[in-house]
Amino acid sequence: MIKVKDLKKYFYEGEVETKVLKGLDLQVEKGEFVAIMGRSGAGKSTFLYQVSLLDNPTSGEIIIDGVDTHDFNEEQKVDFRLHELGYVFQDYALLPDLTALENVALPLLMQGETKAFAYKKAKEALTKMGLEKRANAVPSNLSGGEQQRVSVSRAIVHKPKILFADEPTANLDNESSRVVMKIFQELHAQGQTIVMVTHEEEYGRMAQRIVRLDDGLITKIEINS
Amino acid sequence: MFIQDLKIGWYLATRQLRRTNPWTTVLIVFVMVLTFLNLTVVSGILVGLIEGSVQQNKDKYTGDVIISTLDQKNYIENSPYVISVIKNNPDILNSSVRYVTGGSIEANYKLKTSDKDKIEGASAFIAGVNPEDEQSVTGIYSSVVEGNFLVEGDYDQVVVGSDLLKKYSRYEVPGFEAIDADIGSRVRLRIGDVSREVVVKGIIKSKVDEIGRRVFLPENQLRAMLGRDDYGINEVAIKVKPGVNAAHVRDSLIASELNHYAKVQTFEDAMPKFLEQMILTFALLGNIISLIGLVVASITVFIVIFINAITRKKFIGILKAIGIRGRAIEWSYIFQSFFYAVAGSMIGLAVLYGLAQPIVAAHPINFPFSDGIIVAPLGESFFKVLLLIIATVLAGYIPARMIVRRNTLDSVLGR
Repeated sequence: MIKVKDLKKYFYEGEVETKVLKGLDLQVEKGEFVAIMGRSGAGKSTFLYQVSLLDNPTSGEIIIDGVDTHDFNEEQKVDFRLHELGYVFQDYALLPDLTALENVALPLLMQGETKAFAYKKAKEALTKMGLEKRANAVPSNLSGGEQQRVSVSRAIVHKPKILFADEPTANLDNESSRVVMKIFQELHAQGQTIVMVTHEEEYGRMAQRIVRLDDGLITKIEINS
Repeated sequence: MFIQDLKIGWYLATRQLRRTNPWTTVLIVFVMVLTFLNLTVVSGILVGLIEGSVQQNKDKYTGDVIISTLDQKNYIENSPYVISVIKNNPDILNSSVRYVTGGSIEANYKLKTSDKDKIEGASAFIAGVNPEDEQSVTGIYSSVVEGNFLVEGDYDQVVVGSDLLKKYSRYEVPGFEAIDADIGSRVRLRIGDVSREVVVKGIIKSKVDEIGRRVFLPENQLRAMLGRDDYGINEVAIKVKPGVNAAHVRDSLIASELNHYAKVQTFEDAMPKFLEQMILTFALLGNIISLIGLVVASITVFIVIFINAITRKKFIGILKAIGIRGRAIEWSYIFQSFFYAVAGSMIGLAVLYGLAQPIVAAHPINFPFSDGIIVAPLGESFFKVLLLIIATVLAGYIPARMIVRRNTLDSVLGR
């Protein structure tokens, strides 16, 4: 599903060059649940941003579902993200002016679906997350756990090929974190490809594989039983 | 794709407007209202300042059409024919015939003890009118500030223009003199060698020079003073029927060859040339001020939308991250700007035509030489609405585009 070859990301500040990713190779299969782990500054979030096409790598290849994304322009990237990828951010990243239902329906509306269809699918997604009664609440009236579940709903409502999650439990209490991780496991069980960055060992263990990064390089790949 | 971007832009804009802090919306719309009023009212008052003068000239002096003595003539020749043409014109509602001549008005002449004592006197135009006819054409009687206007049968009574009286006169220039007189004062009218003692019945105050410097008396008494028995008149002020164009009446009178005996002019034709120049000058000034107002409005909207977009930079990044095209996001800001401009303009139009213009029309602004009104033709106001909308939409679009073009990840991370 994802092939990463010799992925490098350097940051420049004046003359100073900082090498965050120093040439990573990784392959993620369809339906796989992969956790990216490592200490702070190891480059795990930077890796996720490159692979999920939110940022432009310095060099290297990223092939998603057989498509080489190297020559994508910004518009193609946006379109690819809309149809093929889903995102869950650490801080939920919900739009404050939209209700939970509208947040979830937005990707479908952008895809050109009718409002009735988009709202129906959004309601179904929210219902699966146990949020059917919170559909008309704006994010500021939802708890952190609820907001993250809305965020997951939005990420999967359009049935993306890959779900990317950047520290999805970092801002949640234990109870909410477990609920979110249970959802991820259920999605994985249904065949969803998931790439998740986390620094919490307990949740990393819930993935099929753990890819450990340190100093911009993959240091270890562990298969969870 | 274009339609899809429009739809999403509309979807986002409506929700952002609906759920944003209402005070923010009120403040922005208020700024737009003030901007619109700045565009229309300032230039409207500048033009209205002169227009008020033109209007007064028409209401108090010329009527819709004025017939006056040809240059080099002392009166309108063939006056009976002129009057009969006017009386028989079906588009004319009323007319007022005036006899006007130069003369003077004197006061305190009884206090003179020797030939060396100077008599207090002022040069004036002496106008003989039919009081009823005059009232039916001009609203001159409504300008009486003391005493009363003339009525049929008044004898040896006059109404004096305020500029001839010291206590009201607006002129303090060398060579111009005014007299001390009040209601009931005995004054002397002098026309050439003929003089007549009369009583001041009323004082008429007007910013129209021709009225402020006239002495009015019944026309039969002026004719008696002048010894004029040929009915040679000097002016006819004409009021046309409602809905009839003054220029049409002027043309029909000229078609009857009245122009052979008199000047035939609409109130606009008779407007002093300097007023025409002033109208153009003030309109230009108004447009310059409006243009500055428009630039200020654009900058205001730019700042408002820019701050709005900057504070929402993260959410713009999120939108792009989840696959919302930049164009759709830009449309959402364009729609919001459009809303602010339209809402501000509509409220501005309501304030202008529902409050400001009627109030100022009822209570004109007291400028030194005219009673100012607000001149704001509807077509011109709608053009300014259009200008404001275009400027606002551009001012909203540019900052939105600046933010949308930023790196998605930088926006998401708030960098």
